[in-house]
Amino acid sequence: MMEAIWTKIGYALASLFLIFNYGLLLIGVTMKIIARVHGRIGPPIWQPYVDILKSFSMRTAVSHGIMFYLGPVFRLAGGIGLYLLIPAVYGSTWLQNFSFSGDLLLVMYFIFFGMLGMALGAGEGGHPFSAMGIMRGLSQVTASEVPFALAVIALAAQHQTLSITEIVAAQQGGIAHWNMVTNPIATAAGMLAYLGMMMHAPFNVHMAPQEIPVGPPTEYNSSFLVLLQSNRSVFAAAKLILFMNLFFGGATSIVEMVIKTFLIFQFCVVVGVVFPRFKVEQSVRWLLKAPTLIGVLAVLIYSF
Amino acid sequence: MDDKELKQIMEEGFNAQDYFCDARPRVVTPVANKIVRKFYNWAQANSLWILAFGTGCGSIELPPLYTARYDVSRYGIFPRPTPRQAGVFIISGYLSVKTLKRVIRSYEQMQNPKFVLGLGSCTVNGGMYFDSYNTINRLDYYLPVDVYIAGCMPRPEALIAGFNELKKMIKQGKAEGANQYAENFDWYKANQKKIIKDWDLPEYNW
Ligand code: SF4
Repeated sequence: MMEAIWTKIGYALASLFLIFNYGLLLIGVTMKIIARVHGRIGPPIWQPYVDILKSFSMRTAVSHGIMFYLGPVFRLAGGIGLYLLIPAVYGSTWLQNFSFSGDLLLVMYFIFFGMLGMALGAGEGGHPFSAMGIMRGLSQVTASEVPFALAVIALAAQHQTLSITEIVAAQQGGIAHWNMVTNPIATAAGMLAYLGMMMHAPFNVHMAPQEIPVGPPTEYNSSFLVLLQSNRSVFAAAKLILFMNLFFGGATSIVEMVIKTFLIFQFCVVVGVVFPRFKVEQSVRWLLKAPTLIGVLAVLIYSF
Repeated sequence: MDDKELKQIMEEGFNAQDYFCDARPRVVTPVANKIVRKFYNWAQANSLWILAFGTGCGSIELPPLYTARYDVSRYGIFPRPTPRQAGVFIISGYLSVKTLKRVIRSYEQMQNPKFVLGLGSCTVNGGMYFDSYNTINRLDYYLPVDVYIAGCMPRPEALIAGFNELKKMIKQGKAEGANQYAENFDWYKANQKKIIKDWDLPEYNW
């Protein structure tokens, strides 16, 4: 029994290490791609590593109190918790993580969890821009949770399960079994909600640099920032894996996982490059209109 | 707001410690281990975050840096809108006394190590505003400057050359402005107070 727990912990750490590096490289590659689209040379793809190291090597740090410490910890816990509940590679022993039946509900909670922790931390920072950023971020994530929840309910009704592993299992056997094909309406709702969740343009008003300096993390510096930067890679990768599992058939090998999540990520990047930023009321309104209606439709189909 | 009022607010209104610092900045020596120190310096040099704060006409030279033509991101240089996270402060030209106040506050809020680039002749000796009633003449009386970039106005290429110079200094461990400021804190404060007549800043910002 003890041995099983230790192996599990070992697997979890290895899996986290993999996703952390993958997330950082993903961000680096994407910065490069965006730069090339702009006709620039762009930063090297290992730039996110250097940035983290730089923040870590700062000699002083300012804290504003206990919640200020806990904010980034909650945020990182949200990202890691989310990742560890999702099977990254279907059928793999060590990348299966701690997926269990009913994890879908917990996952939806964890997407929100980090944001709430960050609200407490950034609030104690006392900077008005942090408070504004948090308020905007929370309303936007709440709005995008509505179509996402509807899409998830539709999937749960379709497969009669609340386990991500089972949903992935049901999609094995070729592209024709993917939920993208078998349930296109839920996929549409889910992928539109995904745009709102990824915090890229047009849904990044809560950290708009020209308007409110970087939003919630305004007061965070040095090692606190390291936690937030690490979370950025883990959380983004975890969300990508979640959507891959829900709609695009999951992955049976690391290579497949990398290709699929990379393409899913490029979807929000391309949308972000093409469309300008929404104001917060515009984005909430947008998310509660078309995506939510599509989500309702997806649920209705399965309730009759 | 005079000192007494400020003190009153700080004592009654809120937990002052959360928002103002009650201690002088201190000298923090770099890591003792030589290999680690070199590694950290390398990281510092290759990830420079500029504080988005333009002061004089030279600030018009900053936006082109991010465009396709000059693209400083390839050197690991990015804009950062908050002093808590930024590491490089570019004083982009003449500095009026009013702006100097904000510059001091922002500079003190940046974390150690931090670097200052003086852009344009105005920061060196006052430039064409040398006899103006409301600008300062020599920047390094008020803040420790790592690199000066002379010219009126210097082109973005000159700025990039300045960045490369700064990088060299950081890698050699010579860009210790933050510690220099802490060491000579009284001297800098005295100079600042001499020129800022209506001093209403907190004595210490982090
Ligand atoms: S050096 Fe010239 S261009 Fe720069 S701020 Fe002074 S007057 Fe303006």
